[in-house]
Amino acid sequence: MRNKINEAHEAVEAHEADSSEVKRKVVIPGEVIVTGEDYLPGEGTKRRGEDVVASRFGLAEIAGRSIKVISLFGTFIPRRNNVIIGRVRDITFYGWSIDMDSASSGFLPLDESPRFINKDEMDQFLAIGDVIAAKIWSVKSKGIDLTLNGKGLGKLEGGFVFRVIPSRVPRIIGREGSMVGLIKEKTGCNITVGQNGWVWIKGPTSDAEIRARKAVEFVADKVFVDGLTDKMEEWFTKN
Amino acid sequence: MAKRSDGRKADELRPMMAKVGVVPNADGSAMFAFGNTIAIAAVYGPRLLHPQHMQDPATGILRCNYDLLSFSVSDRKKPGPNRRAQEISKVTEWALMPVLDLKEFPNTVIDVQIYIIQADAGTRTAGINAASLALAHAGIPMKDLVCSVACGKLDKDVVVDLTKEEEDYHEGEGATDFAIAKVANYDEYSLLQLDGKIQPEVLKQVVEISNKACKEIYEVQKKALKAIVEQEMGGKAK
Repeated sequence: MRNKINEAHEAVEAHEADSSEVKRKVVIPGEVIVTGEDYLPGEGTKRRGEDVVASRFGLAEIAGRSIKVISLFGTFIPRRNNVIIGRVRDITFYGWSIDMDSASSGFLPLDESPRFINKDEMDQFLAIGDVIAAKIWSVKSKGIDLTLNGKGLGKLEGGFVFRVIPSRVPRIIGREGSMVGLIKEKTGCNITVGQNGWVWIKGPTSDAEIRARKAVEFVADKVFVDGLTDKMEEWFTKN
Repeated sequence: MAKRSDGRKADELRPMMAKVGVVPNADGSAMFAFGNTIAIAAVYGPRLLHPQHMQDPATGILRCNYDLLSFSVSDRKKPGPNRRAQEISKVTEWALMPVLDLKEFPNTVIDVQIYIIQADAGTRTAGINAASLALAHAGIPMKDLVCSVACGKLDKDVVVDLTKEEEDYHEGEGATDFAIAKVANYDEYSLLQLDGKIQPEVLKQVVEISNKACKEIYEVQKKALKAIVEQEMGGKAK
């Protein structure tokens, strides 16, 4: 069951993999990215007259007509369908309150648990302090609803969790999960990467776990544009 | 014209330095220096706001804290907040708020900590410049950067970016200190503070001279932001 957890991310990330025709450049807030009525301003951009301007600092991606700006730093901003790793903060009458390291906390309703749970025995399924992988079902101003319905979601038992910069997560996962797959293969560990920047690792020995963590941190440390998989292969021969 | 003590021209700024990403544990951070004045800003959030009664369900809020550290001046300053720090924190907040769009983050706060580690006049303006960079670094939606500079008078002559020595120039018309913050690519000003006396005609001159200075500051800020990405990309930025 553990290996399936990662497939959930891979499905989410697959659509981001197509980057062959994308032009990228670094932009600062207020900077004009392109000029022309044809372009479609997407995430992190705004239209100002003829121009499409960046509304935040990051990498602008120009893919055909659509423009977006990807942030390279900063906190996690929850979006629908993100797979996240969180920790149970509280058990309420209707479900579990989940700390997911973002501005608003997540809520996992009782109905979302995969089997029937008696209200008196909720802590036998998820107790305070337990770590889970969950998917964001909806983002509303009142809070974030989570679900466990999905491939490989659920409680993460054993192992340990650490944090990386959330905007680096797509690079850790890699094209269709190639990067995290490589690290898993080389270290023999189970790894789950949440979009909120939490990474869960469980391996056969603690040495393997530490090696996997170093590998993940190596990937997260630098924003290499391409050839990262090759660099990683090289890293594994050295470490 | 009275000669400036460090030999600068009237519209010449002190050497500026800006660096982004100086506080590893913050969500965004930056350092900005005007000569001997050095400010460090760190941004945390957006995160859930406590106390709860301050939460705004319509928008996120900005909370700035300016701190002149005790070792930043030659006579040790008593540490901790005081009336002056409170005022500067508030005006910094007001100076930055017009460029931010926090509607996406209801009930949250963005905390900006500004530390002056070395002071030689113009600390609030250096703090605003650093905070503007740090907010951008944290990936917060902004319409533009904010640039800030202080102008003043040596008797009748308008000069930009005063040092402490110039700020205390009491001859002739007396000491004047005029702090301005400008939204970089707009004709908008988010901070105007005057300490001293100034003639209405001279005010125009002050605005002109600070517009020119703000352009220079903007270029320095821009360079600092682009540099951090290049650095993180291992020199492979496209």
